[in-house]
Amino acid sequence: MTAVIWLGVALIGGAGAVTRFLVDRAVSKRKSSSFPYGTFAVNLSGAWLLGFFGGLALSPNVALLAGTAFVGAYTTFSTWMLETQRLGEERQVWFALANIVASVVLGLAAAALGLWMGGLL
Amino acid sequence: MFGHDNRELAAVFVGGAIGTVARAALAVFAAPHPEHWPWPTFVVNIVGAFLLGYFTTRLLERLPVSSYQRPLLGTGVCGGLTTFSTMQVETVRMLEHGAYGLAAGYTTASIVAGLAAVYLATVLVRRVRVRA
Repeated sequence: MTAVIWLGVALIGGAGAVTRFLVDRAVSKRKSSSFPYGTFAVNLSGAWLLGFFGGLALSPNVALLAGTAFVGAYTTFSTWMLETQRLGEERQVWFALANIVASVVLGLAAAALGLWMGGLL
Repeated sequence: MFGHDNRELAAVFVGGAIGTVARAALAVFAAPHPEHWPWPTFVVNIVGAFLLGYFTTRLLERLPVSSYQRPLLGTGVCGGLTTFSTMQVETVRMLEHGAYGLAAGYTTASIVAGLAAVYLATVLVRRVRVRA
């Protein structure tokens, strides 16, 4: 593993985080609900994309840069948990539960669909 | 760029780069087998959830408003360190290998520990009295 690859991981990871920030903002702006649609959209699209890259059987370095670095940084577990905990704190228990169940069920479906579609190519 | 505060985007970028390198290093040097517990992802996710709970509560409820700490530490470092997509693909791989108990246990433990980490960090920050 060379220094160039790790520089690439840092730069592409930074780009993934910025993409998440922009997509989250763009989606949240269109929805006035307290349900965290921005993170939800980011995480589902990212689960699909990482599955797709997984199905393509990329070389280890390309998988590290495109999958682990970009898609890994694009999606977020911490914000998903923080937003769910805050919904619970604000007594929006149904939104909190829905955020967990829908993210898990649709996230697994998106990842499986991505793996299948990548495998077709 | 795109009508956003460029320094805010730069803060997200730098934080995201730091978080991603930490997560990728752990993933490369401790890559798990699909039939084993994915410790690298589990550890970064729970640690990242705790840190995000800590930073967010502290920055929003305890410190004067600062424009760039939250995008740097929260959106950048914690967002880059943690990952939802890897967790989901790992779980699908477990299901493909017929490891249903492992898949259910991994998903449940991640969510329970993740919520507990956010809660714990929040309580710890709120317990410290603000100096007048």
